[in-house]
Formats: sequence, structure tokens, C-alpha cells
Amino acid sequence: MKKFAYFPGCSLEKMASSYHKSALETTKAYDIELQELDDWNCCGATTYFHVDQLLAHTLVARNLALAEKERLDLVAPCSACYKNAFFTNKVLKDDPDLAEHINFALEEDDLQFNGEIDVHHLIEIFANEVGPDMLKKKIKNPLKGLNIAAYYGCQIVRPRKNGEEIENPQYFEDIISAMGAEPTYFPERLRCCGGSLIMTSREAALDMVRILLQSAEKNGAHVIATACPLCQVNLECYQEQVNEEFGTDFKMPILYFTQLLGLALGLSPKKLGIGIELVSATPVFSKLLPKEAN
Amino acid sequence: MSVQFEPVIVGFLCNWCSYRAADLAGTARIKYAPNLRPIRVMCSGRVDPQFVLKALLNGADGVLIAGCHPGECHYVNGNIKALRRFLLLKKTLAQWGIEEERVQLLWASASEGIYLAEKVNTMTEELRALGPLRWHDKVLGGNGAQPIPVKEV
Amino acid sequence: MNDTKSPLEHEEKVGVYVCHCGTNISKVVDVDDVAKWAENNPHVEISREYKFMCSSLGQELIEQDIKEKGLTKIVVASCSPHMHEGTFRTATENGGLNPFMFEMANIREHDSWITDDEEAATQKAKALVNAAIERVVHHQPLEEIPVEINPNTLVVGGGIAGITAALELADGGNHVYLVEREPSIGGHMAQLDKTFPTLDCSACILTPKMVDVDHHPNITLLTWSEVEKMDGYMGNFEVTVRKKARCVIEEHCTGCGICIEKCPFQVVDEVFEAGMGKRKVIYRPFPQAVPKYPVIDKENCAFFLKGTCKACEKFCPTEPNSIDFEQEDEILKLQVGNIILATGFELFDVKRIPQYGYGKLENVFTSLEFERMVNAAGPTEGKIVLRDQKSSPKSVAIVHCVGSRDENYHKYCSKVCCMYSLKFAHLVHERIPDAEVYNCYIDMRTPGKGYEEFYDRLLKEGTNFIRGKVAEVTDSARTAEEEGKLIVQVEDTLIGRQRRVPVDMVILSPAIEAQPDSKEVSQLFKMGCDFEGFFIERHPKLDPIATMTEGIFIAGACQGPKDVPDTVSQGAAAASRVASLISRGTVMMEPIRASINEDACSGCKICNNMCPYNAIEFIEEDGVSRVVTALCQGCGTCVAACPSGVITGAHFTNDQLISQIEGLLWDMRELEPVPAGKEEKK
Repeated sequence: MKKFAYFPGCSLEKMASSYHKSALETTKAYDIELQELDDWNCCGATTYFHVDQLLAHTLVARNLALAEKERLDLVAPCSACYKNAFFTNKVLKDDPDLAEHINFALEEDDLQFNGEIDVHHLIEIFANEVGPDMLKKKIKNPLKGLNIAAYYGCQIVRPRKNGEEIENPQYFEDIISAMGAEPTYFPERLRCCGGSLIMTSREAALDMVRILLQSAEKNGAHVIATACPLCQVNLECYQEQVNEEFGTDFKMPILYFTQLLGLALGLSPKKLGIGIELVSATPVFSKLLPKEAN
Repeated sequence: MSVQFEPVIVGFLCNWCSYRAADLAGTARIKYAPNLRPIRVMCSGRVDPQFVLKALLNGADGVLIAGCHPGECHYVNGNIKALRRFLLLKKTLAQWGIEEERVQLLWASASEGIYLAEKVNTMTEELRALGPLRWHDKVLGGNGAQPIPVKEV
Repeated sequence: MNDTKSPLEHEEKVGVYVCHCGTNISKVVDVDDVAKWAENNPHVEISREYKFMCSSLGQELIEQDIKEKGLTKIVVASCSPHMHEGTFRTATENGGLNPFMFEMANIREHDSWITDDEEAATQKAKALVNAAIERVVHHQPLEEIPVEINPNTLVVGGGIAGITAALELADGGNHVYLVEREPSIGGHMAQLDKTFPTLDCSACILTPKMVDVDHHPNITLLTWSEVEKMDGYMGNFEVTVRKKARCVIEEHCTGCGICIEKCPFQVVDEVFEAGMGKRKVIYRPFPQAVPKYPVIDKENCAFFLKGTCKACEKFCPTEPNSIDFEQEDEILKLQVGNIILATGFELFDVKRIPQYGYGKLENVFTSLEFERMVNAAGPTEGKIVLRDQKSSPKSVAIVHCVGSRDENYHKYCSKVCCMYSLKFAHLVHERIPDAEVYNCYIDMRTPGKGYEEFYDRLLKEGTNFIRGKVAEVTDSARTAEEEGKLIVQVEDTLIGRQRRVPVDMVILSPAIEAQPDSKEVSQLFKMGCDFEGFFIERHPKLDPIATMTEGIFIAGACQGPKDVPDTVSQGAAAASRVASLISRGTVMMEPIRASINEDACSGCKICNNMCPYNAIEFIEEDGVSRVVTALCQGCGTCVAACPSGVITGAHFTNDQLISQIEGLLWDMRELEPVPAGKEEKK
């Protein structure tokens, strides 16, 4: 049983609670234990780093120090949390002076950052730790007949973290294939969903969402799979506003990859938080081919 | 009367790359620590580890061996042989309690005058902080010199 | 190694000369003090300071002193030996001593020029001078080794660089072997349609030269051949060349081409046609190929694969038949005096930048593919068409700097792409008069003769220039006008806006790279290539055609990206250098070599494998190793490696270097323990 320090992040508490549920369910199925970090704090999201870098790093460093205390690598399901944690970890590892400075603050909480752990995105765990072959082994209901578009979003690929391939990644599509579904390639899969722009510059963000939906739909997707709460919210919750703004008629279900994986594992939709979406996920079920006896 | 300690570094510079880099630093009038006293060899592969020991024995506080970048050695791979000898030498020196900053190996191509100057400056400061070597006391006098663990390269 | 030095055979009388170099040295170093101080050294007979040692008077001073004062060794403390070692060795020789009885102390580049601290500089100068004195007393007389130059030359690579070099040498009456790995000479230039800025037809200017090579009595042309090994040294190389089997007997073949006509099998021509067209399995790369003899592509030939067909043989009209399926590779051993490498370049693999869509999006082309397309003798007979072979593009985007000037791939600028990208723009305008052409560039680099004027012409032809690095080429249409098009997303930095430019065709201008095997080739010829794979020249400014290895020269794009005029110049320059060596007939080699004391050698053979030049052989009968003097390049690695210390590195002996170390540290007292509390060395 592989154990990780689980950092859900603020959005998984309520808004993306289905991600949280499905993440725990699916990792359990693959013998991965996600131990929620005790007393974790907000990662600062995308905004705080632009306000005060030092404080923002400190905020993240506290979570890293908490994970270090448990001697566990940190896993974040949200791309922004992941990005913040990854880079703070890297920056502090490369700059011992800054780390020392921040440790003064962490001292107050009896914590220390020592650069002893690594940071992963939840999807990395499935792609690397588990791997597509092992993923396939536990699939009970392969999602045959379903075209799932793998939407990476931007913060998971950019900036480049480990020297990996960022112009043409395939790991998300591999996971979808392992689920038994058809991974739908769409050219905008690495583009930004608008992120927090949806609050500050609505029209620009809605246009970005529209482009994504249009591209996925055009390429035959039945559902878009995401790996980040903000991507999911932008694509799903604002679909109606996109339709209003641009006169389109999108009804594209947006689900977390863990929810889809959970379905393939034979878990009940309720357990995976399916059923509370603003854009109904019913098409997902109707597109699935009838389960073959076996 | 306190005089700032000026470390003396004996440098083995190869004719084709690092010696030319040092020349270039001079031609470009780059000011750097005058603590390096260069010796020209045709290739860093000529540097016998016993030269290094001789220099330290005769009072040098540090030794710098500088050759061409791997792949660029005028004599194909003399620098790689220098590297092999250097790695073994490091272990030996550590066993005598000689700090690893004292004997260093670096690569500098003929165009890297600034880089070489910077490295000499850095090494000078490192040695200044360590103080004079005093080989006789340290190694021959058995003055409580402890072997230093060597980081695996 | 013996730590004790050999005693001096006789008393030495060293002359020391400390140069002011105007004020270059004397401004910081107290030259008077140094000169006076040097007198204290027991070996020193006379010590002077002088304003300009390298002047005629300065040199004469040395000569005079040697004669009048019976000096045995000379030390000059001045600039870098790379400047004037030659000058002072000559002066020493003119004074009557062996030129190697001389040593230089570099107190300028390594001392006065690098510090303002006068005290420290003077102290350092003393150390350097003392080191030179202590070293020089151990110098032995050495004689330069005369080497005869074999008048044959090997030129590797039959592109325009190699062709130029070969012709220049051959016209001068010298014999040249021209080795080319493809079936025909011509290189990349043969693939081009028009050359910038004159828009000369490439084949028209190249083929006459190829014909000259073909007919030249002084050129032995070896195509479909590769160099496998090189032994020897400057003036006397032995090069092993594999002449691959063409399966065509050159003595009988008339070049009629019937075999090619009758061959029933075709394959995609990945080399000459850049994948844009096909060729037969028995083929000539292009109609004007030199030599005219075809070649059988064994990997795709029905006979070699399945034992069938043989149409070429059946239809060959010559008597006896020119086709020979049994033909074997021939191994030739060439004796040459000098070698010119002109192995050319390859293009950057644009698939490494997936966001430009090459390979995924149909109508994205590389420059070489487009070049073949516009060539009148090419696969589309010069028509600019999309991959469907019929539709003409109404809009074309040309992307500059694909892989060049890019931290992720190659930092350098490939020099020729701006010009050929402009050429492409011109050709599109010419053949599709109302097409829209977009050149997306970072900077427009047009430095050559007529180049800027060419750019101006393109501006007037109505080309759209977008100054911005293309971010992406995609087919993901967002508006109706983008449907079915390739969209080039680029920031137009001159108007400060992102643009999505819908076009029908995209041409990528990839970086010029060194040949993929340039590292192996450089090792084969015992010279070096840099991290980008380009061969390293002896001096980037003053000697771009020689390498650090005597007798090996370079010309053309293998040294770095360049256009045709520069390539031709370099080829001719390399030829001229070689010709001058050949006309001298004999060259003197530096005597800095290793030698083994065979009486003391224990035959451990550790040195044998150390030598990168394989210059050490083991003599079985005597059980000792021996250095082949002519092959030894003097690196000294074996000297350092010998566990018995029996290898002497001439002019860099252990005695000399140890003395140098001792002399350098004259002001350090460490052989006796320092009493605690005593002030440190000054």
C-alpha cells in the first residue's frame, strides 16, 4: 500500500467535493492511501503569488513542512495547488537562504522545511505510480463506446516541471484508454480554460471556454475529462453563460477523470459524486455500450 | 599587525584551452585575484598527481587543474584522464584531512576568460576562509588532522 | 616518478630579460625590482629590464648577450608565449643556442593585465620569473623533426565546398582523391532550384563544376564511398576507404540509363527528393549526376530480397554486361599528405517542435521539401501544390528560425534561412501571382552582397512580414474563415497584437545542423567538434580552415552554417593552404614528443592504451613499449601515467615541471614546521 500526504485544497471541500470523493474511492481501489494532511492551509491559488511572493511561498512551505513531518510525498488533485507546491518546493531546495528565512516563520508552528519530499499531481499517481497496465487490470466496466476528451488544462503542463514532454503529452489519453474508452484528441487540450479570469474579465474567459468546448465537440467528444477543479467549474458551470453569450448550444458533460475511472471500476455514481452537475452527465451513461456479459 | 592572508594557488593550465582562456582574461583586462600562479602544460592529461602533492608540500594553499571541456580536448581525451586521476587524488587528500576546496578541477575553453577569472576569484575566497594549508603540520605533523568523508561523485 | 631531480650536468648561465612592454607591464609590475631581484638566483648570469623585448633591438640584445656573455639559457618575462615564444626562440637560435634553451614567463596577460595591486603583481612576477629560471636550467636541446609531405590530398565530401577545394588543388597540378558517400557529388546545392540573391539556377552553376571534376585528370573521384579509418600523421596519412558496391561495372557502363527505365520497382526518395518524389531501385540521384553510373539500392532490390527480377541485367545493352550482382565492396588504402573535410550539413528535424504540426498537419512543409517542389526538374516539375498534388495554395506562411536562435534547440543563427525564406516568398509570388505570402521572422538577417537589396525587392513584391516567433500552427478553426485552413498563431510584435493567420500552406525554415555523425567523423580524423557538432577551427577569426590537428583542414558548412559564396571561399582557402604545404615539400614538426627509456621499461603496457593516437606500440621480443615518434602529438598523458616514471615528455619533463613548481613557490617556507604564532608567509 503506497501512502501519500493528500492535499485536497480549498476547492475540494465544497465546490469540487465530487473530485474529492472520487479521488479517495479510486485511489483506494488501487491500494493507494491518501492520508489527508492534518491542518493544511490554502495554497494561495493563482492570485497570492502576484501579491507577495515571500508570503505566498511561506504559505505553501507550511504545507510542505507538514508533509515532511509525516515523511510522505505530497499529492495535490488541483493543478494550481500542484503547481504552487511543486515550485515552492523547487525554489526552496535551490535557495537555502530563502528556506532558512521562511523556516523562521515555520518555527512558530514547530515546523521546518528541509526539502525532503517530492510533490505530485493526483493524475501523476495514476499515470506513473499505478501505470496504464495496472489500471486496466482492475477495470470491471470498460467504458466502451464513450469518447472522452482529455483536457489537461494549462497549469499541469506549464511551466515545465520535470523536463517532461509538454508539447505533446499522452499520459492522460493513456489513462482514458486504460478505462476502455476512446480518448478523443482535440487540438486545444493544452489551452487555458480562463482560470480566475472568469471573475475579473468574464467575456475573455467565456470565449476561452467556448473555444475548448467547440474544439472538443467538433472532434467527437461525448464528455470532457478534467484534472483540476477550476477547469471543471469553468467548463461546466459557465456553459450556460457561454451559450447565452455566443448563441451556442453546448450540453457537454464535464467530469473529473477520477469519476470516470470510478465508473470503469464499477463503483456507483453516487459514491463518485455524479448526479449533482449543472450540465447533466446522463449522456455519459447513454453513450456507453451495454455491458458485455463478463 | 594583521595582514590579510593571501592564499597561493598553483594552476596547471593546458596550452590549448585554459591557458588561452587565462590569456583572454588578461587581454580583456578582466581584474581578478592575482593569487593564481599558472604553469603551462600541453594537456591537463600531463598533470601527474604527484605534481599536485609537490605544490602543496612546497607551500601552495591550493592547486587548480584546468583543462578543455570533455569532447574538446586537443588530444582527444587527455582531460578525461586528468579527471580520473583527480577523482582518485581527491579521495587520497581527504584521507589526509585536506579540505576538498584546496584541489579543484575545472574545464574552461579558450573563449571562457571571464569564467576562468570568476572561478579563480571563488577559489581564492574559499581558500582564504580555510586559511593556510601548512602541509607540514597538517599531514606530516599529525596535528589532529582527521580524514574528511568524500562525497561520491 | 622520482621526486629527486637529476643533477645539472654543468653550471648554467641564465640571461633574464624583464620586459616593460611599454607601460603594459611596468605600470603595475615593478620591472626594475624584478630584474634586480632575479640576479639573486645562483643560475642567473645577467638580468636586464627592457622596454620592448619583442622589438628587433630587444631580440638583438639576447643574441649579443649569448655571444658575449656565454649564456646557456634565456628567460624572457613578458607577454604570453602564444604571442612571442616563436620570436624569442628564433632570437635564441640566432645567438647560437638551440632554440629550446628558452623559457617565457607570462607577466602580462597573467599578471599586469589582471590586477591593479602593484605589490601583489610584483610578487607574482617574481614567482613566475623564478619558476621560469628554475625550469629553463633543465631544458635540453631539441631538434624539429622534418616531415615530407605526400603531394596527394584527400577531400572528404563532394558538395560545393569539396568540389571547389578539389578543383583548386587539381588545377594547380596536385592529385586529389574526392570521396563522397552518396552515389553522386553535388551535395545539397544540387537539390536547390534557385540560389539567392541572384536567383541563378543552382544546377546551372553547379553542374559545370561537377563536370570539371568528372573529367579532371588530377582528380580521382570515389563516390558511393566512405572513409573508414585514418592512420598516420601530417604529410603521411594512410586512409582506408570503403568503395561500396554499386553492382554496376564502371568500366563497361555507358550511362545510357536503360536499366533505370526498365526497373519495375520504385521507392520514395528520402535523400535527394526529400521524400517528395520517387526513384527506381537502380538509380541515379538526379539526371546530371556525376559520375553517371547508377547504383542498385540493395535494401529494396527484388533480386537481393527475393532473388527475382534482374530486369536491369536483362536489358543492359553493353557487352559485357555492366550489371554485376556479385560485385563486392572494395577497400582502398590511400596515401595522402593532407586531408580537407567538407562533409556539409543536415537540417534540423522539425518534428522536434510538435506545435508546428509537421507530420500531423498535411500541408506543413520543410524548406528542403519546398525546394524540391519548386525545382523544375523536381517531383512536381516546379509547380507549387499542396500534398494532394493538385491544389495550388492561395496563401503561404513561411516560418523563420525553426530550431535556430532557440534556447531549447540551437542558440545560434543559421545564417542562410532568412535569405532562402525570402527566396521562397519570391518564388510563390512568381508562380502564384495573387497568393498572399507571410514571412514570420524574428529579425531579418541579410548581410551579404546584394542581400539587403533582395529583401527590399520582396518588400516591394507585396510580401507580408510579421515580426514575431510563431507559437503554433494548428488546424483547430475558431471562425468560419479559419475552416479548412492551417492557422498560424503568432504575436505581431510591431503592432503588439496576437494574430491568427489562416493559410493553405506553411513552410518551415529549419536550423542548419552538423551531420548527425560529425562526432564520429571528427574522432576518426583525430580532431574535435563542438557541442553543436560543428568541426572546431584552429582560430575562429584568423584560421577558420585549419584544425588543431596538423594536416587536417575543414571547409564549408561542416565548420558552421554558411551560404554558397562563403563556402566556396573556404573551400578555395583550404585548397590554397594545402597547396602551399605541398609546394614546400617538407614541414618541420615540433619536437614535443614522448620517448620511453626501454632499459627501464617493465613492459606493463599501461601507456599503450592511454594514447589517443595509438602512438605507443609494444615490442614483443623485447618486452618493452616504444613511442612511434611521428605519431606522438606530445600531450604527455603517458608520461603522467607511467608507474615507473620511464617515459620522458620532451620539453615537459618531470625535472622541468617540478623545478617550475619549486621556483613558483620561492616565497613559501613549508618544508620546516612553522612555530605557532609566527606571522604567515608574505
